[in-house]
Amino acid sequence: MALTLFYILIFPGFLFLSVISLVFELIDRRLYARLQNRVGPPWFQPLADFIKLLSKESIVPKEADSRIFRIIPVFALAATATAFMYIPMWGLKSLYPFSGDLIVVLYFLTIPTLTFFLAGWFSSSLYAELGAIRVMTQFFAYEVPLYMSILGPALLAGTWSISGVTNYYHMHPLIALVNIPGLVVALFATQGKLERVPFDIPDAETEIVGGTFTEYSGRFLALFRMAIDFELVVMSALIAAVFFPVFIPSNPILGFLVFLVKLLIVVFLLTLMRTALARLRIDQMINFCWKVLAPFSLLQILIDLIVRGVIKA
Amino acid sequence: MGKMVIPLGPQHPALEEPESFSLLLQGERVAAATVALGYNHRGMEKACESRTYIQNIYLLERICGICSHSHSTCYVQTVEMLAGLEIPKRALYLRALIGELERIHSHLLWLGVAGHEIGFMTLFMYAWKDREVVLDILEMLTGNRINYGMNTIGGVRRDITPDQAQDVLKCLDVLEERTAYYAKLVTEERTIVNRLSGVGILLKEDGLRFGATGPVLRAAGVAMDIRKDDPYGIYADLDFNVATDEHADVYGRAIVRVTELIESYKICRQVIKEMPDGPIVVKAPSKIPAGEAFSRYEAPRGEDIHYTRSNGTDKPDRVKVRAPTLANLAAITHMIEGGYLADVPIIIAAIDPCFSCTDRMIKVIDSSSGRENIFDWAGLRKYSMEWYSKQGIDFKNMNAFRKED
Amino acid sequence: MKSVGRIVPYLLSMLVKKPNTIMYPFVPAVVADDFRGALKFDKEKCIGCKICERVCPSDAIEIEKVADKQFKAIVLMDKCIFCGQCVDSCPKDALENTKNFELASLNRESMRVEI
Repeated sequence: MALTLFYILIFPGFLFLSVISLVFELIDRRLYARLQNRVGPPWFQPLADFIKLLSKESIVPKEADSRIFRIIPVFALAATATAFMYIPMWGLKSLYPFSGDLIVVLYFLTIPTLTFFLAGWFSSSLYAELGAIRVMTQFFAYEVPLYMSILGPALLAGTWSISGVTNYYHMHPLIALVNIPGLVVALFATQGKLERVPFDIPDAETEIVGGTFTEYSGRFLALFRMAIDFELVVMSALIAAVFFPVFIPSNPILGFLVFLVKLLIVVFLLTLMRTALARLRIDQMINFCWKVLAPFSLLQILIDLIVRGVIKA
Repeated sequence: MGKMVIPLGPQHPALEEPESFSLLLQGERVAAATVALGYNHRGMEKACESRTYIQNIYLLERICGICSHSHSTCYVQTVEMLAGLEIPKRALYLRALIGELERIHSHLLWLGVAGHEIGFMTLFMYAWKDREVVLDILEMLTGNRINYGMNTIGGVRRDITPDQAQDVLKCLDVLEERTAYYAKLVTEERTIVNRLSGVGILLKEDGLRFGATGPVLRAAGVAMDIRKDDPYGIYADLDFNVATDEHADVYGRAIVRVTELIESYKICRQVIKEMPDGPIVVKAPSKIPAGEAFSRYEAPRGEDIHYTRSNGTDKPDRVKVRAPTLANLAAITHMIEGGYLADVPIIIAAIDPCFSCTDRMIKVIDSSSGRENIFDWAGLRKYSMEWYSKQGIDFKNMNAFRKED
Repeated sequence: MKSVGRIVPYLLSMLVKKPNTIMYPFVPAVVADDFRGALKFDKEKCIGCKICERVCPSDAIEIEKVADKQFKAIVLMDKCIFCGQCVDSCPKDALENTKNFELASLNRESMRVEI
């Protein structure tokens, strides 16, 4: 019982996830700055931002629905933290693997997007409403390619459990190379899910001020930003577990370090995408997702089914 | 989703300076737009009437931080016309050098701001990094990065040494290479081209009808540039091209500004090579004879007009400034309507708005009766004190802020 | 040729270059030699003609008599626009611009300095 609580709250649960998400936010911002030839924030910046936001006054607008306004950030945090428990971090198995946990993790990661929409809708402010509608419009664009590209390697491995997928590719590492188109699609779709440039339309600062988070301040905004940081780590870990399941040593400590290196690679690619591209307009984004990303992810599923058939025969 | 009215401004992350745009949205499309000006009105023209001609140079320079040399030079040209002064050639060359360096810094600033509006922060950082090179040169030549204080009635205040000229040439080489990279990037990066093309279209006939000036009009294919059409200073002796483009949208304006950057480098090099020796200032009288004068200048944003009326004393009788953004703003509602909400910030940024330049008083119309009213200083003060006392604020016991009133 | 991500090679080359920004205020900022900063006054040269007071665009300088043929100058740093017109107009070159620009303060009274 005590061990379970330790796992859930300390490692690899809530506290560990908080620390590692702050570290990765720092890596993301520092890398972004260095690519732009600037120095970048010091090492304590994400923690300082979090503490500063907690200490500010939290204003709840009079016309907003007060209870939902306050409780939504907690849902976003809880969903991403729970999803993190099912990703293998130091070896081939996650903490509590079960068959079908890939689908459950993907569903858990949908909840933050819904909370962003609800946050904007219940704020009853013009800019927040516009932002909420954009969140939902964007959701319908990237969700299908994201799901299909992540389910592709699972189809090839023949199992719906993340630990099972990792196990399968650990035993047949070269087959992971057929998943490269799926990896590209997943990276673009992840950038859309995390709402970063080029897909940061819901939070387009120069167009609709704050987007869905216009009315949020103080500790509610702190929790939302923490949830966004959690999402970065969890999505990167999911991509690393499904697409890079190679070189997993049996020693847990080495395995954990390898996991961190893979996370770094994925975050580096996502940050490079953030730095090199401009923001798309919502109609351009929907065109791009449905005309380019979705067909490529379908192609990936087709390739995986064919390769599976070939292997079985 | 039905229609809703969304305010863009006066405070908004997309605008550098406060101005109020009211958009009627239908979904993501803008059905109608209105503009309300006046948030940056500071009473500059009135303040000019109680300061001497030389003090007014510093006041008018601070109308705007980005085109400060344009306003100061245009004003000084009117006063020199009234006083009938013959400015030495070296002073005119120095004014042109600082004017072109200001154009370079303004266009690099615009490039960064355009990048920021479309969410491409990397372009912002890179363009402003190069702008730092220009600002360092300006600091070396004039003593300040923004409000240069280079002009005085009768010439300029500082001279340039040969070492400084060599430093300027070296920096121009670096900047030229970087600008060639930006030209390539803006035309080849697909996400930028998608955001900038087909947005904010202003065709030639509409541009001439609305009275647009500067890069906005040149992007529609009209080659109007005061430096060629009505040359002032030594621009008649310089060899350069007027940058035009046929696209007539925001993409065209970006191309025009980047081309103008390259032309400015050419002009700066010519100026430094051909600068004659000689004095940099002639003595100007402190009391300017009575008369009226009118002068135009090609500011980075378009055509800047100054008018001065003197009455024989050492303070002007009336100074009027028409900034280029006021002419371009008339076309804004035409460009925004029918487009997406996401395009509004980049369209506004594409006319390179400088609302500090724009807000001058034109006419006071009484809203209840529709009559026009001309206030003098005492009448305006009395009117405003009565208006505030109706709101419950009493100004009658406050002392005057200036010694003479 | 239009494509996505044209800037990536340039971005990656930036990783190995020295950053363009400095950690001011831990690192001092460098200004040019002729920078128009705060004013400096030479009381030996001043003759009390008060031309500087008359030409100042913002009434920022005041000349006061302390003794016979001795004057002191008081500058209101929050009004001074550092244009240098007083430096140019002084017939005896008693005023000069220094390079000091770090003049911010939290209270108004410290803005009235004797130079």
